[in-house]
Amino acid sequence: MSTETDTQTRKDSEQFAREEERWRGRMSSEHDDDLPIDESRPMRREARQLLGSLLAPYKKMVVVLIVLVIIENLARLSVPRLVQVGIDHGVPPISRANDPHVLLIVLGVLVAVVTVQAVTRMFFLRQSGTIGELALLELRRRIFRHFQRLDVSFHDKYTSGRVVSRSTNDVEAIQDMLENGFDSLVTAVLTLVGTAVLLITLDVELGLICLVSFPILVALSAWFRGASSRTYREVRESAALVIVQFVETMTGIKAVQAYRREPRNQEIFEEVAERYRVINEKTFRLVAIFMPSVKLIGNIMTGIVLLYGGYRVLHGHMTVGVLTAFLLYLRMFFEPMQDITQFFNTFQSASSALEKVAGVIATPPGIKDPDEPKQLEKVDGAVEFDDVRFEYVADRPVLPGLTLDIPAGQTVALVGTTGAGKTTIAKLMARFYDPTSGAVRLDGVDLRDVDQPQLRRHVVLVTQENFMFEGSVADNIRFGKPTATDAEIRAAAEAVGADHFIDKLPDGYDTDVAKRGGRLSAGQRQLVAFARAFLADPAVLILDEATSSLDIPSERLVQRALETVLADRTALIIAHRLSTVEVADRVLVLEHGRVLEDGTPADLIGAGDGRYAALHRAWVESLA
Amino acid sequence: MTQQPSPATVPSDNRSTSHTASDGLISAPKVSPSPERHRRTTSLLRLAPYIRPYRARWISMLLFSLASLSATIVIPLMTKAVIDGPVSHHDQRGLWVLGTAALAIGMAEAILWFGRRWLVARATMGIERDIRKDMYARLQVLPMSFHGGWQSGQLLSRIMNDLSMIRRLLSFGIVMLILNSLQIVVVTIILLVLYWPLGAVVVISIVPIAVTVLHNQRKFTKLSRMAQDQTGVVATTVEESALGLRVIKSFGREDYIYDRFDEKATELFDIQVRKVRLQASFWTLLEVIPNITLIIVLGLGAAATGSGAITLGTLVAFITMMLSLVWPISSLGFLLSMSQEAMTAADRVVEIFDTEPDITDGPVAELSHGGSLRLTDVGFKFPDAGDDDDAWALRHVNLELTPGETIALVGATGSGKSVLTSLIPRLYDVTEGRIEVDGTDIRELTLPALRETVATAFEDPTLFSLSVRENLTLGRPEATDEEIAEAIDVAQAHFVHDLPFGLETRIGEQGMSLSGGQRQRLSLARAVLTHPKVLVLDDTLSALDVHTESLVEEALRRVLHEVTGLVVAHRASTVLLADRVALLQDGRITHVGTHAQLLATVPSYRYLLAADDELDDGADPDPTWCTDDDRRCAQDGVEITEGSEEASRDDLSGVHRPMREARR
Ligand SMILES: Nc1ncnc2c1ncn2[C@@H]1O[C@H](COP(=O)(O)OP(=O)(O)OP(=O)(O)O)[C@@H](O)[C@H]1O
Ligand SMILES: Nc1ncnc2c1ncn2[C@@H]1O[C@H](COP(=O)(O)OP(=O)(O)OP(=O)(O)O)[C@@H](O)[C@H]1O
Ligand SMILES: [Mg+2]
Ligand SMILES: [Mg+2]
Repeated sequence: MSTETDTQTRKDSEQFAREEERWRGRMSSEHDDDLPIDESRPMRREARQLLGSLLAPYKKMVVVLIVLVIIENLARLSVPRLVQVGIDHGVPPISRANDPHVLLIVLGVLVAVVTVQAVTRMFFLRQSGTIGELALLELRRRIFRHFQRLDVSFHDKYTSGRVVSRSTNDVEAIQDMLENGFDSLVTAVLTLVGTAVLLITLDVELGLICLVSFPILVALSAWFRGASSRTYREVRESAALVIVQFVETMTGIKAVQAYRREPRNQEIFEEVAERYRVINEKTFRLVAIFMPSVKLIGNIMTGIVLLYGGYRVLHGHMTVGVLTAFLLYLRMFFEPMQDITQFFNTFQSASSALEKVAGVIATPPGIKDPDEPKQLEKVDGAVEFDDVRFEYVADRPVLPGLTLDIPAGQTVALVGTTGAGKTTIAKLMARFYDPTSGAVRLDGVDLRDVDQPQLRRHVVLVTQENFMFEGSVADNIRFGKPTATDAEIRAAAEAVGADHFIDKLPDGYDTDVAKRGGRLSAGQRQLVAFARAFLADPAVLILDEATSSLDIPSERLVQRALETVLADRTALIIAHRLSTVEVADRVLVLEHGRVLEDGTPADLIGAGDGRYAALHRAWVESLA
Repeated sequence: MTQQPSPATVPSDNRSTSHTASDGLISAPKVSPSPERHRRTTSLLRLAPYIRPYRARWISMLLFSLASLSATIVIPLMTKAVIDGPVSHHDQRGLWVLGTAALAIGMAEAILWFGRRWLVARATMGIERDIRKDMYARLQVLPMSFHGGWQSGQLLSRIMNDLSMIRRLLSFGIVMLILNSLQIVVVTIILLVLYWPLGAVVVISIVPIAVTVLHNQRKFTKLSRMAQDQTGVVATTVEESALGLRVIKSFGREDYIYDRFDEKATELFDIQVRKVRLQASFWTLLEVIPNITLIIVLGLGAAATGSGAITLGTLVAFITMMLSLVWPISSLGFLLSMSQEAMTAADRVVEIFDTEPDITDGPVAELSHGGSLRLTDVGFKFPDAGDDDDAWALRHVNLELTPGETIALVGATGSGKSVLTSLIPRLYDVTEGRIEVDGTDIRELTLPALRETVATAFEDPTLFSLSVRENLTLGRPEATDEEIAEAIDVAQAHFVHDLPFGLETRIGEQGMSLSGGQRQRLSLARAVLTHPKVLVLDDTLSALDVHTESLVEEALRRVLHEVTGLVVAHRASTVLLADRVALLQDGRITHVGTHAQLLATVPSYRYLLAADDELDDGADPDPTWCTDDDRRCAQDGVEITEGSEEASRDDLSGVHRPMREARR
């Protein structure tokens, strides 16, 4: 039955993959290679290591807890026994001689036992729960840190939806296990082992018969383990698809609504949600086979023992009392089995999530810090591109071989048609990517020999997309320099002319910029991003179309600010509006990743027949 | 058995029926109306209609559970019967018969279990999926004002986390809760029948249990709400940090952003630990109370036996019965926590369902024919803005576009251009006044009709990690290859053919694997491709180089010839696409005229678009100078709406101040 459903799901998922490729499109030649890491590979070892390292700090506490659980269980199990003693030995003296002595002792012991149980139970629950939460917090931190450490090209492919899925949904699956898995497991295993020993000592023959069930149980568990870990991996995968679709829709909701994308989105979402349901249902079904099978084995065992034991009693090979006791303990043997299978299930689900997470954590960032980073003492800001070749997609070079020398303190403007590779140069300077071949150097030091915190302190890139974080306007400017005082923030805003609009906001600098800066207009966001870079005060400043959405007066204001700011630092300015270019000492005209012209603006315009001159003419005309 | 349509085939097959699907979109989710009094369980119960399609399964599942419960009770009785009967009386035939019967019941129990779990799989997963679908549909139709105010992670945690909590309660929590309560009630009744004074003690012990439960419930409700909300906060931070990764990296602010995350994750941790502590005491109490009752009963029972009120046999029976109460009561702790969490989850889910989309379809589904656009006294205020006059983002905006005409919208940064453009496709609704297309108030139109008439290219490209083709045909899935090629021509987006897989190439999230200019051209092509009657371009040429820009403009001019156009522009070159220009200042349209007219007569306009540094290098930076000019404007017959003088003067003085400071 299971092989049939297996092939069915496989067919479904193949069809789904084809279907998905139609709308999601392709990224690389092999379909499976879309993700920067192979997420379909089982990562058992990594997962185990991760779990081990999460729990390692609490080793001692875990031992204490196990001892406590044993005590607690002994207390719990002794309650019925004590009650029985009380009835057998405490009550008769009362009826006979009105002597409550024994009973009172038993009651006293009972009170003590219940107190012990309460205290140990409470302590156990608190401590094991806290450890679980601590491990979870640590896991969250590690995932977050690692995603931040991974390089841009990883994130280009991985998408934020997946990041969110790994950091939330997968963590929650692990949470289930850490929060209340161990409790029942420890209890169950203890009871199991205890009763198994009792069974063997009670009657060897019957005990051995019962042991026959053991290999069956092991085989059953092995089957479940195999089938469920495959299925749970798919569960994680399809949960990620649901989340990716959801996150993307909500991020682009404006376009979704304006372009009436809702029905198509709904279709896609229902498809992924349905896939998620199907695969989840499959895990339910696996459990529906597994748990009752364990139950079935237990019940059949009980039946056999009853029949065979009864037969032996009839023939005088066994006493009724032993049979009764045996049956009782057999029950106690199989009951915790349910808890164990339940835990096993939670564990399977959690470990597939762990595998996914461990897979990410085990992925080394493509941009690595050197083992022995070179120290940059005082950075002058000389930047050098030495025969740099760069390709995003193999064999499609964006920069076929760029050699460029920017002396310290120079302001260089980069112009060129869109898609020429300007932003790429900027990203290489900020070491978002490493060159495919050749080297980028800062003050003669290869960027790959510098650690990133150092590099980022000296080289700052203002990207084309001015991302705003949740928080106030001041918070967003402060992003450039977390230690900045309010006065510094104001000064930065004033310098770029952002103070004018900020003062008009209802709460001034404390106005919340809302989700992704939605409270601000595009130009206002750009001004804030600019103020942010201003505040960071790096040796090398890279501005990638930092003024494209500004009106001309604001742009001019920014230019003024630039003239003073850039006087003593290296700068790379990328702009299509040549007004911004005019502040530059030098202009580079880029085409298809090659520098076609290189000179001062005046020289290039003066030359008359060059590209820049033509560009300049066109621009002047465009100004009407 | 309820037969669900197999959705694997349904959605993929009816690709063409987007309109019928959209009717389904707008339809309300299946929650029952909110009752007057809100109880803890209200939200969960309001989701009950989602069970309806699966009720056959549910009822059979309950029956299966009851049957297997009785099997569970019968098996030990059978065992006892076998031992007390045939085994004790040396009746071999009886042993085979009864023993086999016990074996059969044992097997039946396992099979009933299997049946229950098999049934519950489809029923609960189906419910989860149905709610998830409806929630997604609802979120898609909720307007921008809703999305602006909600953290994305909050929505995500609702659609994933909360729904799975509800599912978990449905899949086994409820059944166990029902069975356990049943067991508690039945056993208590039996105890009362056995010997009522001791039974009464047991009944009284329910009082501390109830008190514990109620006390705990209050606290736990609060904590679980906090925890679930905080989960959303953490998810928001995660998402934000992933989306803002490039900015974080370029400033090297990994530590800073990590600290922000850590703060939130730690807060979640603190709440969770508080929950753990509360649960620890709650669960312990529920284990201890039955045991204490047991001790009391034992003491009192012994006394009663001593005085001869009951026999020893009765006491034994009584206490054996009582022992079977311990587990159901202590497991209540776990089950109640689970129900609490599911109720909180339901509250959070219903919150979304209860948010009515306030931008909804009007009655008219006809598409516009001409494409004239008229704004009459339009005012707009963001929902969270205050009451004072400053709060208006737009006020008294009057503008009329005849079919085929193009108007450029010019204004300083933050003057309200984008806000104005987002009113036309009703991403936001006007606060006052009206917008008409072909004389029909846009609120009278259905949203699909309106949004088919109006296409906007936004200032941020807003692309999706889909194939180029899917991105282009977002608003027109049925577009032919020729139409696509045409749109690519207009937007000069020929680069798409050079991508590794041409139109089938997946572009990165938000088009991140494209250059800035490439993104912008895709978004422009997307708008052009829908063949709208009204085309709105919000500063969509800003990331293009001059050369490409002029090519695009040339092509656009052809397109704009046929459609009504509203073009937001910061550059004179773009303004020239338009027949007329409207100058927007602080949310008011102050001047309308041709570019040449405005340039000649309106200083503030000249100031905004000036090619040279004429103005700020001008000898007289005194803001008052413009008054004379404005007077002249008026004489020259350029339309000036009321209040323009003040507005323009304010604007100029405002811009001048920082400029002067900067020069110092
Ligand atoms: N992450 C990426 N993955 C694959 N290709 C990319 C990626 N980023 C850019 N490209 C491609 O590299 C080329 C150069 O892009 P780049 O962003 O450097 O252009 P640009 O000169 O900055 O253009 P614009 O003026 O439009 O911003 C483009 O063809 C673009 O499609
Ligand atoms: N969600 C919001 N809530 C409150 N105010 C807002 C919101 N969004 C924008 N604003 C404010 O409304 C004003 C107009 O914003 P809008 O985006 O329309 O400017 P714009 O004219 O498009 O500017 P730009 O040229 O910079 O794009 C701005 O001052 C902005 O601060
Ligand atoms: Mg670029
Ligand atoms: Mg705007």
